[in-house]
Amino acid sequence: MQTIRKERDDVPVRQCRNCFPAPQGLYDPQREHDACGVGFLVNIQGEKSHRIIEQGITVLKNLLHRGATGADPETGDGAGLLFQIPDAFFRKACGALRMDLPPAGEYGVGMLFLPRDPDRRALCRAAVERAAEDEGLRFLGWRDVPVDSSVLGRKALEEMPFVAQCFVSGASGETLERKLCVMRKQAQGKAGAVHAPGDLFYIPSLSSRTIVYKGLMLPKQIAAFYPDLNDEALVSALVIVHQRYSTNTFPSWALAQPFRYLAHNGEINTLQGNRNWMASRENNLRSDVLGDDIRKVLPVIEPGGSDSAAADNVLELLCRAGRSLDHSVAMMIPQAWGTKYPIGPDLRGFFEYHSGLMEPWDGPAAVAFSDGRFIGAVLDRNGLRPARYTLTRDGFMVFASEAGVLDIPPEDVKEKGSLRPGEMIMADVQTGRLMKNIEIKQGLARRQPYRRWVEENRIDIHGFFSAVNPVTADEKNLNFREKLFGYTREDLTVILGPMAATGHEPVGSMGSDQPLAVLSEKPQLLYWYFKQIFAQVTNPPIDPYREELVMSLMTFLGNTDDILSESPQHARLVKLQHPILSNEDLQRIRELPHEDFRSVTLKMDFFSRGSGRDLEDALDSLCRQAETAVRSGARIVILSDRDLAGDRAPIPALLATAAVNRHLIGHGLRTRTGLLVETGEAREVMHLALLLGYGASAVNLYLAYEIIADLAVKKQLPVNLPVTRATKNYFVALQKGLLKIMSKMGISTLRSYRNAQVFEAVGLSSELISRYFTGTPSRVEGIGLDGIAREARARYDFAQDRPLYGDVLTSGGQYAFRKDGERHLWTADTITLLQQAARENDREKYRRYAELINNQTQRQSTLRGLLGFRAQNPVPLEEVEPAGEIMKRFVTGAMSFGSISREAHETLAVAMNRIGGKSNSGEGGEDAARYRPLPNGDSRCSAIKQIASGRFGVTAEYLVNAKELQIKIAQGAKPGEGGQLPGHKVNAEIARVRHSTPGVTLISPPPHHDIYSIEDIAQLIYDLHCANREARVSVKLVSETGVGTVAAGVAKAKADMILISGYDGGTGASPLSSIKHAGVSWELGLSEVQQTLVLNNLRSRVRLQVDGQLKTGRDVVIGALLGAEEFGFATAPLVVCGCLMMRDCHLNTCPVGVATQDPRLRKCFRGKPEHVVNFMRFVAEEVREYMALLGVRRLDDLVGRTDLLQMNEAVDFWKARGIDLSRVLYQAPGPEQDRRCTQKQEHGVEDALDLEIMDRIRPAIEKAERVDLTLPIRNSRRTVGAMISSEIARRRGGQGLPDDTITLRFSGSAGQSFGAFCSRGMTLILEGEANDYAGKGLSGAKIIIRPPAGSAFPPSESVIAGNVLLYGATSGELYLNGRAGERFCIRNSGAIAVAEGAGDHGCEYMTGGRVVILGPVGVNFGAGMSGGIAYVYDETGTFDENCNLDMIDLESVSSAEDEQELRGMIQKHFDCTGSSRAAEILRNWDSARALFVKVFPMEYKKALGRLSREDAETERAEVVND
Amino acid sequence: MTKRFGFLDRRRDPGYRPAVVRVQDFEPVEQTLTPEQMREQAGRCMECGTPFCHGHGCPLANVIPECNELVYQGRWADALELLLITNPFPEFTGRICPAPCETSCIAGLHGEPVTIREMERAVMDYGYEHGLLSRKPPVRKNQRVAVIGSGPAGLAAAEMLNREGYRVTVYDDAEKPGGILRYGIPGFKLDKALVDRRTGLMREAGIVFECGVRVGEDVAFRYLRDRFDAVCLCFGARKPRDLEVPGRELAGVHFAMDYLVQQNLREDGHAIDPGAEIAAYGKKVVVIGGGDTGSDCLGTALRQGAASVLQIEIMPQPPADRAPENPWPEWPRIVRATSSHKEGGTRRWCVNTKAFLGNRGRVCGMRCVEVEWSGGKCSEKEGSEFEIPADLVLLAMGFTGPAENRLAASIGLELDARGNIRTNADRQTTVDGVFAAGDAVSGQSLVVRAIADGMTAARGIMRYLEARP
Repeated sequence: MQTIRKERDDVPVRQCRNCFPAPQGLYDPQREHDACGVGFLVNIQGEKSHRIIEQGITVLKNLLHRGATGADPETGDGAGLLFQIPDAFFRKACGALRMDLPPAGEYGVGMLFLPRDPDRRALCRAAVERAAEDEGLRFLGWRDVPVDSSVLGRKALEEMPFVAQCFVSGASGETLERKLCVMRKQAQGKAGAVHAPGDLFYIPSLSSRTIVYKGLMLPKQIAAFYPDLNDEALVSALVIVHQRYSTNTFPSWALAQPFRYLAHNGEINTLQGNRNWMASRENNLRSDVLGDDIRKVLPVIEPGGSDSAAADNVLELLCRAGRSLDHSVAMMIPQAWGTKYPIGPDLRGFFEYHSGLMEPWDGPAAVAFSDGRFIGAVLDRNGLRPARYTLTRDGFMVFASEAGVLDIPPEDVKEKGSLRPGEMIMADVQTGRLMKNIEIKQGLARRQPYRRWVEENRIDIHGFFSAVNPVTADEKNLNFREKLFGYTREDLTVILGPMAATGHEPVGSMGSDQPLAVLSEKPQLLYWYFKQIFAQVTNPPIDPYREELVMSLMTFLGNTDDILSESPQHARLVKLQHPILSNEDLQRIRELPHEDFRSVTLKMDFFSRGSGRDLEDALDSLCRQAETAVRSGARIVILSDRDLAGDRAPIPALLATAAVNRHLIGHGLRTRTGLLVETGEAREVMHLALLLGYGASAVNLYLAYEIIADLAVKKQLPVNLPVTRATKNYFVALQKGLLKIMSKMGISTLRSYRNAQVFEAVGLSSELISRYFTGTPSRVEGIGLDGIAREARARYDFAQDRPLYGDVLTSGGQYAFRKDGERHLWTADTITLLQQAARENDREKYRRYAELINNQTQRQSTLRGLLGFRAQNPVPLEEVEPAGEIMKRFVTGAMSFGSISREAHETLAVAMNRIGGKSNSGEGGEDAARYRPLPNGDSRCSAIKQIASGRFGVTAEYLVNAKELQIKIAQGAKPGEGGQLPGHKVNAEIARVRHSTPGVTLISPPPHHDIYSIEDIAQLIYDLHCANREARVSVKLVSETGVGTVAAGVAKAKADMILISGYDGGTGASPLSSIKHAGVSWELGLSEVQQTLVLNNLRSRVRLQVDGQLKTGRDVVIGALLGAEEFGFATAPLVVCGCLMMRDCHLNTCPVGVATQDPRLRKCFRGKPEHVVNFMRFVAEEVREYMALLGVRRLDDLVGRTDLLQMNEAVDFWKARGIDLSRVLYQAPGPEQDRRCTQKQEHGVEDALDLEIMDRIRPAIEKAERVDLTLPIRNSRRTVGAMISSEIARRRGGQGLPDDTITLRFSGSAGQSFGAFCSRGMTLILEGEANDYAGKGLSGAKIIIRPPAGSAFPPSESVIAGNVLLYGATSGELYLNGRAGERFCIRNSGAIAVAEGAGDHGCEYMTGGRVVILGPVGVNFGAGMSGGIAYVYDETGTFDENCNLDMIDLESVSSAEDEQELRGMIQKHFDCTGSSRAAEILRNWDSARALFVKVFPMEYKKALGRLSREDAETERAEVVND
Repeated sequence: MTKRFGFLDRRRDPGYRPAVVRVQDFEPVEQTLTPEQMREQAGRCMECGTPFCHGHGCPLANVIPECNELVYQGRWADALELLLITNPFPEFTGRICPAPCETSCIAGLHGEPVTIREMERAVMDYGYEHGLLSRKPPVRKNQRVAVIGSGPAGLAAAEMLNREGYRVTVYDDAEKPGGILRYGIPGFKLDKALVDRRTGLMREAGIVFECGVRVGEDVAFRYLRDRFDAVCLCFGARKPRDLEVPGRELAGVHFAMDYLVQQNLREDGHAIDPGAEIAAYGKKVVVIGGGDTGSDCLGTALRQGAASVLQIEIMPQPPADRAPENPWPEWPRIVRATSSHKEGGTRRWCVNTKAFLGNRGRVCGMRCVEVEWSGGKCSEKEGSEFEIPADLVLLAMGFTGPAENRLAASIGLELDARGNIRTNADRQTTVDGVFAAGDAVSGQSLVVRAIADGMTAARGIMRYLEARP
């Protein structure tokens, strides 16, 4: 994957041309993402052949569906190959050019992309030649690489470079490689000086060992474009292939992969941090091997590259400086090694040692790498990319993102396997050895006594004392300091109190309707101007609780710049278990007796009456002091706002931290310094996350500790606790919250999170941002230092002023309405007016309501409030299209039955069906009874069926009863997070529609486990198009910077509609920090999406919808003008139904029966469909009035017309004056008609296998006649069975057909989602292997997978199915004669499955069903498993080590019922697959039985006990009644 | 946290002393909850995200959810501190406020509202009992403000200004400060000792009270303007609405406020001039006007030993429950029975007075007629005229504006269409440095609104003074 990010300001761009459009409007090329298919092939014996190149190209072609095309279908996003230098081929080719090549290995070949303009090309060539001479190499000559440009797409052709090769000699071996590396870097610099901007100069490879052929093309084009690749003389023993899927249509030639060493499928989430750290180290890099040359290879990370390119640069440096390839890779992409991770002490020592050297390059990654001798692959610590391999008996190996990319006769196969999370595999073609993970890692671990080095040198800080010492509050000054740092009553009662009492972050509901910080009249802490960025689609968020073992908050102080050598001294580090320093911790650090760790404390303060200028001077001085201190040997800089002098006000800690951090990075001093922050200002998780994200090493929150101590002593916490306990809880809550924020972005370790700057600013000037928060997106301008100083002054003045009765803190009003607090749009007045208007059908009252919301000239609240309309020639109102037409564009938001009451849910559905709009089922299934219309013609069926990460109630029947299928990637209130419906809320009815057990907690994982990247969502969209061909498929995204490119990728993934949600939307329950601080307003997101899609020529094929606190017709009109065609409302219709914004949905106490399941309260529900209809009509009528004023008759003609908007001049608030919305109002160039959706998306499901056989299946569906078919299959045949199943569900509903009515027999490698959503009555038998997601959403069918007859490999030791099997299955059976990949049976809620081994995270989040595993399992088994039962055959007695025991009990199989059930399943497995392992177990049943472990979720056990009691009681009652 | 489903528990009102007992004296009729009972009741509060009590009901915007929470936690002193920020006189509102907070309490939407008024009363009593109210402002400013009128608005303005350190003098033409709190409201609703205690505390805190001084007569307004940096007029809306029908001049027909004030003076130990005495003993009393003042007259007359009391009202009887066009959280226009109504007397609605009948110059009866209402207009019901006997008639039909227009006129204040003093949002009148607040600005209203208005004026005055060198 690649992400182009903004360049460092201090490094001139001098390298490859940036092929993206320039930043414009809200589009910024730095937010590009992509994902891909990757693979390698190797003849382990080192035998070179041309065939392997051909096979490589075949693999590429078979990965085609993992790539994408843009608006121009003939331009792929990029494809390429890396292989060994084919000496014979070049000898032949150069011979023809009369060029004499030295012996093999003594010359280097460069592959170059040059300008097409001959003059400029000549200049570039000269630069290359000079670079060779400078390095003392002999330049042998040029070869123009033959190309056939006729095969390229239009876009690719426009961008096509001149491709040439150069040959140099003059050294051999490592020396030559090193010189070639330096030469390349130098050539880039020299050529950069001569070629014109806009030209492409790029060196794909320059090496004596490997060469890269790549370009902007589709796999099928590559061999035609490069005739070289068809030459029989072009031979290699190994090849890496890569097929790219970029989120938009600006992929470039240079960014095609492979790079010089690696090809990467995935994304590096921590790139900004990694770049910052590398930049900081550069000045101090030393290498014995490179010597003075080190200066010539700077900057290490070449600007303009992608994240993958940056990783390639660093890998190159590490290798060139002498580390082995596997060593370098393990250093950059370490596996998880925390104390909970089951690995040995030496290996842990290796990773701990190296974690002190370099922060992980973190993110989902399958990386293939090669230096020409070694070839291998590594998977990230989370295992978020598929990685399958096949090894043949004659030493050939193919590794790829999917199984079945190359046809290999089963009898030749020696082994089928997959890489597990964090694992590496590598072949050495010189010695002919294949090394697997354990061998590689043990080899690394024992290279040096790393464990001893670490143990002997590290200095622990936390852990000297296990308990936190009690803090004593300085009561006299407490009130003053609380005010000085802007504390409100809410900070104490809503934030600190609950954290200290429970150890959790507080939870809230119903979104956010208070002004943005920059529009608030109250002085705001700087933190509030920042918003969290989160992962959506292009990479997955992580579950920090259930998958805690891969997460780490550990951090070091005193790291070294010297990453190129190793010695025990490198382990001389202060180790912190987490970045929150107690007062004693800080004290101990200050008093560390080592000269190596001398610390200096600097005050973060400025003159209390000071202006922005004074603040700037204070910051400059602070930076200078820090620099001086570090230069004179201080290794720890402590920034402190403790005990300020009377006339000094604190500098906002975030500003001071960011400024000092940036200054030290700029001077190459940051890596060797610990930067600690001692602040009274930070109190919430978000504050801590920001300080760390902008460079703090660790933070002491002394005032928060004091306040908690004070609350505890005065017994004012929600529960009475001793001070130490309360403080500890607070620490725990901060840690959990921090992990959550990191995991939202998919970042696993604090070391790589620090400095990663995963935030965007809203309301800060670009001047401020570029100076102190460089690289942070800030797109609407806003306040600068002056504004920050003014707000700091306001707090200072307030603290100084002490009237009688003045000790009470201000109210806050962020979380609950307070008249003297932050303004809210939902107030008693607006709620009352809206309810009365809707109930009484009183349009006048609606007008008054809308006036209160819309008029924000005096009381500004939202960005749209700052916009006004440009006067136009109005049209008569009656010429504007009728309200009825407009209402069809309205939808209600996704609210699950469960989060709101049945009454509320059905009222919304009936209302929306009446007006031809759409209601949304939300995540949580739907009662099938609602699919039938009511006698009066009303329908309670939700037109939109949501597919969320928990997949609750997602069955074939559910899917066919929808007009729209919506994939919820994120939700405004808590993007990047999962959810949890606690067991006590899961009553019988909810459990029924969710296919779960009453009383059992239901957990929604943070990511969709079938969407870890952009090509995955294309697959899920394909699945859904198959599962209901009549429904449109939509994808719900949340506004954040970069959502435009994500949307472009989603458009290319064939979604029909994209919903852009604002960050402020409502929710049933979410951490408050997520409600307030994650994501941005929809105005920004929608506009960015519109601009990016138009720019990409993709807009015309998707519709856009917007939601997030839409309340009035004016909101709708602005949404339309910014690009939306459809509009979602959620909070407003709930208010119409009676909601009073209690913001207590999560407590089940909703007093108006909306968000509660309590029967006493549900009785209070007073909402009626007609009220909702009235509201929708009022809004539509208001829209019509605006349309008339704007002179527009059809809503379609409003879409994207930002020229009708302007900044509202009437707004005169001092902070708002700095806001500039011109980027929001920017119109991307493109044909006018393409500003909205004008064509249907081509779904590409016409070639589905199901369609080909549908005619033969029909009798079975219609008449239940038995059908038995035998068919071949291969990996490009995806989602087999789903269409057939949808036909069954349409005709026969949820009960399907009688068992085995349709039997389909396949042979080969099945594509992804084999058997997805298959209904009862279908039996799918696959002889071969399956890829990821087999049995997804299984709805009753039986799937049997077994190796083909005649296979040579032992099935029970081979991986024959991919990751994430039976995801969200509700019923059915799966028998797998072999092992499964990671996350087997994830979120299974009813299927029966038998497999012979499984990867990590088995049975994760499972809520029902039965699973039998007859072999080994990976780590973290049963994490989040709240229901169902698993039986695991534990031959080694180590199963419990691999379990996550938080929610499960492990028991032996003792009861006769259990035994019968288990034995029956194994017997059936044997009957279906003929498994020899099953046979053996059954043969020795008595001894085998004892080795089975029963995995029994605790809650499930309790719930079953309760159910059986209830059943017994019912039975008794029935007997009595009889 | 208050109790999770607490709002579903029963509400418990403190209730009144038995009617037969309480009509024997002028002591307060209402009882109180014990602190423990009050704590329980406070636990019924739902801590709403959008508290209608605070955001819609209470004119003072008392932070009711937080006060309830603190009371529930037993943190009485903290509750007091918070309450006093928005409400300088919870001891008054805690007893006589009609509590629009309770009628807009979300718990009251489908169930019973939280006992918010009683919570205020309890919190304040706690403060008095624990001596938490004697405080002096920590800093003194040099600027001076004169407040004219010591009713709820004047006291509130004075209190708020004093808290910020301004030097405040309160002028009142009555003998003692308190205005309507002292003289208008009967003692059985508001114990006058509370008014003494409050004004005493204010004196202690540095506020100067100049009573028995009529501004414009005893002291020239110009003198005040010279001596003070700002002046705040809070002299109420004392001009009663009259009933211009034949026989109005008869003896025994009085304005309600004259009657109530006299009783309060009597309670305070004043000798009443027998010639001017208005007494109900043994009389057939008719109160015209169905509002709170009328009800106060009724209670007072019963206590004075009236032979009978009839309260008539021209408007129709309101419904027992909210009408559809009067939904929650609006102030419910429903028929209410005050404590006085429960003590005796009769009420009639849709009755208009045609004439007072006299006997030797004294009223002896009334001629009335039943009316019908339609479309907001009333018409007499044909043939429905009737006569009723009456020895004492009390006119309780509201007030029409400030009585002391003379002062207003003499300093050139602009009035609005209704005869009230015109001010801007900061309560500054059309004359620089002269502010006004309370009923004098808004017309007759609730005590709680007058307090709120006094605070608004105080904030306006502070802004005005801060802007001056």
